[in-house]
Amino acid sequence: MTVESLRAVTVPEATAHAASNHARNPGMKLSPEMFEGHAVNRSAAERRAASLGARRSVKKQWQAAWLLNAIRCIDLTTLAGDDTAERVRRLCAKARRPLAAHIMDGLGISGMTLTTGAVCVYPTMVPHAVKALRGTDIPVASVATGFPAGLMPLKLRLEEIRYAVAEGAAEIDIVITREHVLNGNWSALYDEVSAMREACGEAHLKAILATGDLQTLRNVYSASMIAMQAGADFIKTSTGKEGVNATIPVSLVMVRALRDYLDATGHSVGFKPAGGMRSAKDALNWQFLMKEELGRDWLEPTLFRLGASSMLGDIERQLEHNVTGRYAASSRHALA
Amino acid sequence: MDTITDIMQTMSYGPAPEDSGVVRDWLKKHEAGFGHFIDGAFTAPGETFDVMNPATEEVIAKVSQGTAADVDAAVKAARSAQKDWAALPGHERAKYLYALARHIQQHARFLAVLETIDNGKPIRESRDIDVPLVVRHFYHHAGWAEILADEFPGARAHGVCGQVIPWNFPLLMLAWKVAPALAAGNTVVLKPAEYTPLTALALAEIVREIGLPKGVFNIVTGDGETGAAITGHPGIDKVAFTGSTEVGRLIRRQTAGTGKGLTLELGGKSPFIVFADADLDAAVEGVVDSIWFNQGQVCCAGSRILVAEAAAKRFEELLRRRMQTLVIGDPLEKSTDVGAIVHPVQLERIRSLVEQGRAEGVTIHQGEAPAGCFYPPTLATEVEPASILSSEEIFGPVVTLTSFRTPEDGVALANNTRYGLAASIWSENINLAIDVAAKVKAGVVWINCANLFDAGAGFGGYRESGFGREGGREGMGAYLAHPAPKAKRPEEKPGTLSATPVAEMAASAIDRTAKLYVGGKQARPDSGYSYGVSGAKGAVGLAGLGNRKDVRNAVEAAHKAGGWGAQTGHNRAQVLYYLAENLSARAAEFEDRLKSFGQGGDAAKAEVATAIRRIFWYAAQADKFDGAVHQTKSAHVTLAMHEPLGVLGIACPTALPLLGFVSLVLPAIAMGNRVVAVPSQTHPLAATDLYQVLDTSDVPGGVVNIVTGERDVLARTLAEHDDVDAVWYFGTAAGGRMVEEASSGNLKQTWTEDGAARDWTSSEGQGRSFLSRATQVKNIWVPYGE
Repeated sequence: MTVESLRAVTVPEATAHAASNHARNPGMKLSPEMFEGHAVNRSAAERRAASLGARRSVKKQWQAAWLLNAIRCIDLTTLAGDDTAERVRRLCAKARRPLAAHIMDGLGISGMTLTTGAVCVYPTMVPHAVKALRGTDIPVASVATGFPAGLMPLKLRLEEIRYAVAEGAAEIDIVITREHVLNGNWSALYDEVSAMREACGEAHLKAILATGDLQTLRNVYSASMIAMQAGADFIKTSTGKEGVNATIPVSLVMVRALRDYLDATGHSVGFKPAGGMRSAKDALNWQFLMKEELGRDWLEPTLFRLGASSMLGDIERQLEHNVTGRYAASSRHALA
Repeated sequence: MDTITDIMQTMSYGPAPEDSGVVRDWLKKHEAGFGHFIDGAFTAPGETFDVMNPATEEVIAKVSQGTAADVDAAVKAARSAQKDWAALPGHERAKYLYALARHIQQHARFLAVLETIDNGKPIRESRDIDVPLVVRHFYHHAGWAEILADEFPGARAHGVCGQVIPWNFPLLMLAWKVAPALAAGNTVVLKPAEYTPLTALALAEIVREIGLPKGVFNIVTGDGETGAAITGHPGIDKVAFTGSTEVGRLIRRQTAGTGKGLTLELGGKSPFIVFADADLDAAVEGVVDSIWFNQGQVCCAGSRILVAEAAAKRFEELLRRRMQTLVIGDPLEKSTDVGAIVHPVQLERIRSLVEQGRAEGVTIHQGEAPAGCFYPPTLATEVEPASILSSEEIFGPVVTLTSFRTPEDGVALANNTRYGLAASIWSENINLAIDVAAKVKAGVVWINCANLFDAGAGFGGYRESGFGREGGREGMGAYLAHPAPKAKRPEEKPGTLSATPVAEMAASAIDRTAKLYVGGKQARPDSGYSYGVSGAKGAVGLAGLGNRKDVRNAVEAAHKAGGWGAQTGHNRAQVLYYLAENLSARAAEFEDRLKSFGQGGDAAKAEVATAIRRIFWYAAQADKFDGAVHQTKSAHVTLAMHEPLGVLGIACPTALPLLGFVSLVLPAIAMGNRVVAVPSQTHPLAATDLYQVLDTSDVPGGVVNIVTGERDVLARTLAEHDDVDAVWYFGTAAGGRMVEEASSGNLKQTWTEDGAARDWTSSEGQGRSFLSRATQVKNIWVPYGE
């Protein structure tokens, strides 16, 4: 399809925003029989992961559509020690207008309300983000509970959640206590996440499992299941600060846990890979994973987020190439 | 309309076609038709047949139907090139194979696209699996060429290899055949399948590109008749065939008695065993990689899913869900999982078998497939072992699901087949998985994986899946010959047996009756007849005249002694040392027996002493002739285990009645086989005397069974017996041909040789080559990582 024909495309009403009226996961009692003894074979998971990206391919306007969808699902993130109110404001500006106008025009979607899925920041940055996003549907997500290690007294961690919610965070990305998983202390983990869920109130809880610390895929499956049983609305791979962050094999295990939980309870839980994903190709591969393992519903920001910061820049370059046929330079796109 | 906003609603994948322009241009250039590739050049096209793209059913090329004259010309070219090719230093051959690997890599996409157009397989597979494996195979064998002289001392090339390959992996099967053949110094006449000859012809162009010496690699295209002209050609020294068991049987009969080397890689109906503790999602994906890989047109495809009852419901549910996400369609489409069936004839076969299964009452689950030469992924549930879908190789995307109760039950179902090519086992319990891997009758076993291949591992089957291995050290061995001993005076057919009373017999203290020895017990012959055994001066005794029923009983007894193969090599060695000890204690008696047949005193002494030494040698080998761990993929151990063949029939040479028997029976039982031996027809009493020694040496009953009588009659019964795994025949040329022909029923392995060829008293009479003959290699793939 040529650029001209893309331009000629009629644009219906906005398709894309992230506001969630998805039914929440109420959780259930701790049920170890749903994960104890559940086998996860690493080499098989790695084989499936390796072939996923090779089994599916999107080109031309399909590629553009899939990349645009990825933007809808990005939790545009800044979690750095040098974050400032101004830095957060700039990030929010990018979240509101993730693509340069000439690219939107070129793709024939200038009428579309395209934003990222959320903006993700530290608790003290929440008020700045809320302010910068006023007038949009973009939720502010805040990490909490002593991010990234989570080794603060529970009381303080719960207090941190309440603080972030009070400042206007609609989503709380909590970190679990890895020790509970490594020691097989399932009830401690369940109780902790349940308490955090309660502290979230109306805000959605996204449970970061820090899979790089959990190491084994069986641990990842168990932790996923416990987080969901305790009422997590999303399960998320990583803080971005572990040695190994989001990988496809780990994600595969988590989405299969999601599917098993759905089969057992009827409740859909969201998935958020985070950390280490930088390229447009990553954005496609993770979406292929979601579609192949879970189906179309899991390509909506209500059930799928990509925790990333630099990925958006690469997507923008790819989309510009899609429009112009020329390889793009990031200097021509607005910084996040 | 496919606008971006529309697509964002459906999130469909859309078209992502692989560009086939370069291949189309190449086909256009050859529009006039392809000739054969003989002596380094393409011949002018002869009478041609059409080659079509099964996905579109358009004719894409015209290819010559090879005639007997074409085959002659190709064999002649191969013959005249062979001496010089074999005489090249290994390093020089290695350089050619290395160049071939490099050039195939440089033409990788061209070959992948051509393969997909010709065969109908998805471009993902030809691009990511077939062609990379082809490249790997040539690299690996460039290595073997380099080190051949060091690694296989004394071995030489067979000469001219005639190779006939199938249509399911056209270029890969070519690589599996050609790379080891050339590495060893053979030259090749190859016939690609008539449905899919194009990548072979493209490879011929690459062969020309690298400047491979003329005549080393020849291609004759054509149908089965051309294939038969190659496999039957007197100028061919070794035949290698991959294809149907039916054609394999024909080739076995055709080559019988010709002295040609033969390896057959035939059909399969491989089990896919899922235990309750398996990662079920992983196993489901394994099914996809097994039966929905290459449209299920894979000889080693796991086509019979056996699932533990405890996991059956969930497994079926997951599998049926997974089937729904498979994309069936245009093979050139990058997102296609399942492409076109190779040919409408094959499509019809698949349809017909599935309909027969449906008529039997099997439940069929399948999705949609596009019109044309496509068949949807199909799951058949509630399938009993008696169903046609359980027993027949379908060679299509059709898999059966049957449940089992216990591991023992699972193994029994797994082995309930004529075939024995591959097996896939899914369990997180290493003890269970390896136990089942050891018990399943298959040449390749994948634990928690399926359809993994590597040039460094051996591939090939048990039972009616054929014999010989491709890949790894064992595969290299199949393209090498060892100088075969030749008889100055070939063994003659022993005189006719007389089952009437003999004229006169030398007196002995108390009359001794030599019986047959079956299942550890002395048995009178079913016939009720005995025949006279003559010595230097008249008859020296009577031997039982064994018949078909005695062979049947002996084979049954041998099967019951299966525990022998499961014992440790050390335990078997202890029994064999004890056997030598007891024979030694009775050496004088055996010497006398041999002297009674007319042997001189020194010769008799030497024969007994050599027999004792030989028993020691095989006792020593019992725990030492072990396998290997192959270098394949990272985070995998690939175990190449030497396993006994099972039940062996052995027909012993006429001369050296004790040593001939010991030289053949001992390597077989040292490796864990059980034997039914037919001792020297003229002088069987040296062997029957041995059963008392076997008894006193704790050789378990049924491990060695002795049936005396007319060698060729008994050997035929053994060769025809469907429950005998191999036959060794040392006798006349006519007998050898008879055994090879008769073995085609269950395609058992045979080893036939002139009974007078070997000097049994010399080093020719023992060695590792006997042990190789007594074993088959099972490759077990074990991926690891937590």
